[in-house]
Amino acid sequence: MADLIAETPCAGLLPVKAGGVTLSEVDAGAMTSLAPFKGQEKALSGALKAAHGMTFPAANRATGKGGARAIWFGQGQAMLIGPECDAALGSLAAITDQSDAWAVVRLDGAGAEDVLARLAPVDLRVAAFKRGHTARTMMQHLMVSITRVGDNAFQIMAFRSMAVTLVHELETAMKGVAARGAG
Amino acid sequence: MRIADKGLVDRTQRVTFTFDGQPVHGYAGDTVASALLASDVKLVARSFKYHRPRGVMGAGSEEANALITVGSGAQQDPNIRATQQEIFAGLETRSQNRWPTLDVDLLAANDFAAPFLGAGFYYKTFMWPKAFWEKIYEPVIRRAAGLGALSRQHNPDSYEKAFAFCDLLVIGAGPSGLMAALTAARAGAEVILADEDSIMGGRLNGDAGDVGGMGGADWAAKAVDELEAMPNVRLMTRTTVTGAYDQGTFGAIERVSHHLANAGGRPKECFWRIVAKRSVLCAGAIERPIAFENNDRPGIMMASAVRTYVNRYGVAPGKAVTVFTNNDSGHQTARELIAAGVHVAMVIDSRRDAPDSGDYPMVKGAEVCNAGGRKALESVTYRTMIGEEKVATDCLAVSGGWNPSVHLTCHMNGRPVWREDIQSFVPTDGMIPGMTTAGACQGSFSTHAALREGAAAAGAALEALGMDAGAIEVPAAEDAPYNVTPLWAVGGKGRAWLDFQNDVTVKDVKQAAKENFRSVEHMKRYTTQGMSPDQGKNSNVGALAVLADATGRGIPETGTTTFRPPFVPVSIAALGAGAQGDGFAPQRFTTSHKASVDAGAPMIEAGLWYRPSYYPAAGETTWRQSCDREVTMVREAVGVCDVSTLGKIDIQGADAAEFLDFVYCNMFSTLKVGRVRYGLMLREDGTVMDDGTTARWGESHFVMTTTTAAAGPVMRHLEYVHQCLRPELDVAMISTTEQWAQFAVAGPKSRELLNTLVDEDIDNDSFPFMGCGEITVQGIKGRLFRISFSGEHAYEIAVPARYGESLYRMMVAKAATMGGGAYGMEALNVLRIEKGFITHAEIHGRTTAFDVGMGRMVSAKKDCVGKTMSERPGLHGDEREQLVGLKPVGPVKQLTAGAHLFDVGAEPTRENELGYTTSVGFSPTMQSFLGFGFLRNGRARHGDEVMMVDHLRGVTTRCEVCDPVFFDPEGGRVRG
Repeated sequence: MADLIAETPCAGLLPVKAGGVTLSEVDAGAMTSLAPFKGQEKALSGALKAAHGMTFPAANRATGKGGARAIWFGQGQAMLIGPECDAALGSLAAITDQSDAWAVVRLDGAGAEDVLARLAPVDLRVAAFKRGHTARTMMQHLMVSITRVGDNAFQIMAFRSMAVTLVHELETAMKGVAARGAG
Repeated sequence: MRIADKGLVDRTQRVTFTFDGQPVHGYAGDTVASALLASDVKLVARSFKYHRPRGVMGAGSEEANALITVGSGAQQDPNIRATQQEIFAGLETRSQNRWPTLDVDLLAANDFAAPFLGAGFYYKTFMWPKAFWEKIYEPVIRRAAGLGALSRQHNPDSYEKAFAFCDLLVIGAGPSGLMAALTAARAGAEVILADEDSIMGGRLNGDAGDVGGMGGADWAAKAVDELEAMPNVRLMTRTTVTGAYDQGTFGAIERVSHHLANAGGRPKECFWRIVAKRSVLCAGAIERPIAFENNDRPGIMMASAVRTYVNRYGVAPGKAVTVFTNNDSGHQTARELIAAGVHVAMVIDSRRDAPDSGDYPMVKGAEVCNAGGRKALESVTYRTMIGEEKVATDCLAVSGGWNPSVHLTCHMNGRPVWREDIQSFVPTDGMIPGMTTAGACQGSFSTHAALREGAAAAGAALEALGMDAGAIEVPAAEDAPYNVTPLWAVGGKGRAWLDFQNDVTVKDVKQAAKENFRSVEHMKRYTTQGMSPDQGKNSNVGALAVLADATGRGIPETGTTTFRPPFVPVSIAALGAGAQGDGFAPQRFTTSHKASVDAGAPMIEAGLWYRPSYYPAAGETTWRQSCDREVTMVREAVGVCDVSTLGKIDIQGADAAEFLDFVYCNMFSTLKVGRVRYGLMLREDGTVMDDGTTARWGESHFVMTTTTAAAGPVMRHLEYVHQCLRPELDVAMISTTEQWAQFAVAGPKSRELLNTLVDEDIDNDSFPFMGCGEITVQGIKGRLFRISFSGEHAYEIAVPARYGESLYRMMVAKAATMGGGAYGMEALNVLRIEKGFITHAEIHGRTTAFDVGMGRMVSAKKDCVGKTMSERPGLHGDEREQLVGLKPVGPVKQLTAGAHLFDVGAEPTRENELGYTTSVGFSPTMQSFLGFGFLRNGRARHGDEVMMVDHLRGVTTRCEVCDPVFFDPEGGRVRG
């Protein structure tokens, strides 16, 4: 019998381009949620640093870099994205495989901020939301994670089952912004 | 009529549009109003109630008369102010509220019935017979009175919402706003400058005065150029700030493409939410009319609007203009008309001490008391000490003084104060936290005062932001004092208009006072003054002054009505932008969605999820045929169903077991690793919240499942319990609903099917009933749970979601070779009814564990959320309606959900009701309809007969009350 075939969350939906902005799917690698057990916050941060090279992120921050990043994901939670999580961290934190739970997309290009300003009620201008900043917020109707990963680039994560809506909302906003030209 | 070489419109670009089907010519930069005036079109609208002929009155968003419908068909946009609608080639506009045409409006008969149609008329007249109001009176009245209409078709236009953030929001780009923006921007602040006009400058574009040694409009253009070049400034034209809300948040509506022939994909409008650390309000002021008989005739306009048409659009609104004023600004209009070469017939100043002028004929201490001409002004009559005189004129420019636009300052419940010297309400400090007011909106009417105060307000804002304004230089400009003597209404017998848009006259307000509607709020509601799209911008102060006079009080004692957002009408389409069509709600799709659609399954919404209803096979024409087949298939062979939508929550931590003991009413700490248990969860008030199975994956690791509907609420509940009730517990939880594609495999051949796909051997030892564990599916790590929602030997198999579609297709194909296949929600429902399993149809938020027959699950050995409250008197006992099974036993074989239960022979009335049905389905297994109901003392009544009466659908069925488990009550089949 044939082997199981893997399908990405946004298969057939991306990439799309409008104006100077591109929306593409990101193969983020493994995704593991980390929630430190009682009193283990510091120990976990140290172990995370040793195992994967980044500390446990503070609220609204992401640590690490492209390929191995820890994104703050809510109270007492971070998402390790990229490497397979070192199982030894399981003694310090609840570690849960979320590799298939999230659609991960990248919004890239001059005007990306304007696109997100159509959808998210948070200040994502570069002065307030620099590289390494992240937010759990609303994007139109969706609950998302938004992280600035470049001067004009954001990583956006939404529930896998909502990938169609995620792309629909972003594409609509991209077209509106592109039609207006800059601003 | 155009004035040569005057105005800011582009005379090199001729633009043709239509008004009521007739072509009208204008220039780029014109509004519909200016182009119509330039073409000597005086009659542009019919009034709301009396269908009086009306012309253009103002030149901005406050326009009360010239409302038009733009576009046609599904996209028609009613009640657009002609004074704001910019023209473009192909623009299609229509007048409103007339039948059959604007010129010959038969409904103008209302005007002659005016003596009967005053305030309160409807309330008093159309009272009898009562049923006539809704069916006859109201529709007829609504047809006769009104404004524009919607198309009642789906609007294909796109709208947008957006968010913006800044240090300083400057509202209004007149002299004060431009000066405020310049000051703050030069100091480095992030500035948003919003103005509702298409070009910035406010009155600088409408008046002739100089600023800084150049024309006011030139100075404004230069200021805009400077601001445009600065990276820290965002200029938002055609954007009206509509409301001030908490924490520095403002609403604003941007007209993005109303002015474009080809929108090129742009949205029609964008509704902005702007968050500003500080704000400066430079909203200007609105000139107010003076009420006199027939003061609504086409050709009677606001004096400042006349200046705007002359200076900005190069349009003379009349050949011989008369000015009627009670303040000095009326004279400015006369001077600027003369400078532009327009004949001024006369200036009528109500003040005996009016300033002299040699440039135009003037009469002091006189009042205009009537106007002649119906569809266009022909003359005005004015009254002096010695009698009445008539003057021929085709345009009357009226100035009754100025009302500062205090609206936004009142949006957080602040009240403006009355200033006697300028006869106006002005804002006080602190009405909106972080907001400063400047210029005309705070009663400073000279250009220089506007510039000065704009700069000062920005300086104060900068200081609050911790920034330095540096030295501020204010350009030279006129600084004339504002002299006004109040005049609200000229005495006389005829009708004198206060609220042009809602047809409210001086008489109506006096009538309200006479009938003891003396409070300004009561007067407003009785007369409808201020309740039309302009929200009384032109009429509020005048109406309350008349009310004050009629009730013998002063204006400050009378007070104003409440200004609420929005400042201008905002379309619902803009507020709901993004929610059209598929945008209405997010869509959640399972990994098997495409496969189900490919198989022809109708998809139904389950919350945000889409799930297959049934899978029609060849030859099947009704859903029941498919459903019956699928049920039988599961009972006799094997069926596959996507159950990924059920909530899955990963719970870990040293105290995870203790936590579960607290949130579930039954015990979980005793559950062995590798085993699954059914659990029931109570709300804090003791009623059932949700049910589901939870597996013990490790000593301190559980995997909980919830129902599809309660996945979110349960997650929220667990977080609440942990954070607020049991913070001492060492436990972490996270949803894994999205991580796993999970499928039910049910039926006697389920294990056989799994053994063809799973790498390990599945048998009764490795996976006994209610066992769970890790498996691999062709090398992919997955999870297997031996649980059953059908009563059959069944499993749920989970793989990472990326493999979901692939595994699903594989399993369905394999099942088909074994006499099985996919089954949908309908079959799933019938299977669980046959087996007596409940869903949220039964645990609907009003039932207790006792009611559903699970009272003994509430463990006596421990406490849990809702336990104490569930023990309250009245939540258990004989008088409770208890879950029972129902089977038809009489000639009628149908059961319906939502029907009521009665004793046999009892009248089916409310008083005799003994319960209701919750779930029903036709069971092909039992060859009968089966149902669940809640029946008073039902568990003691098994074997009794009751009547099911569905009053809505007209079904009455005699039923036998029985145990809710209809099929395989011994449970032999699940153990395989």
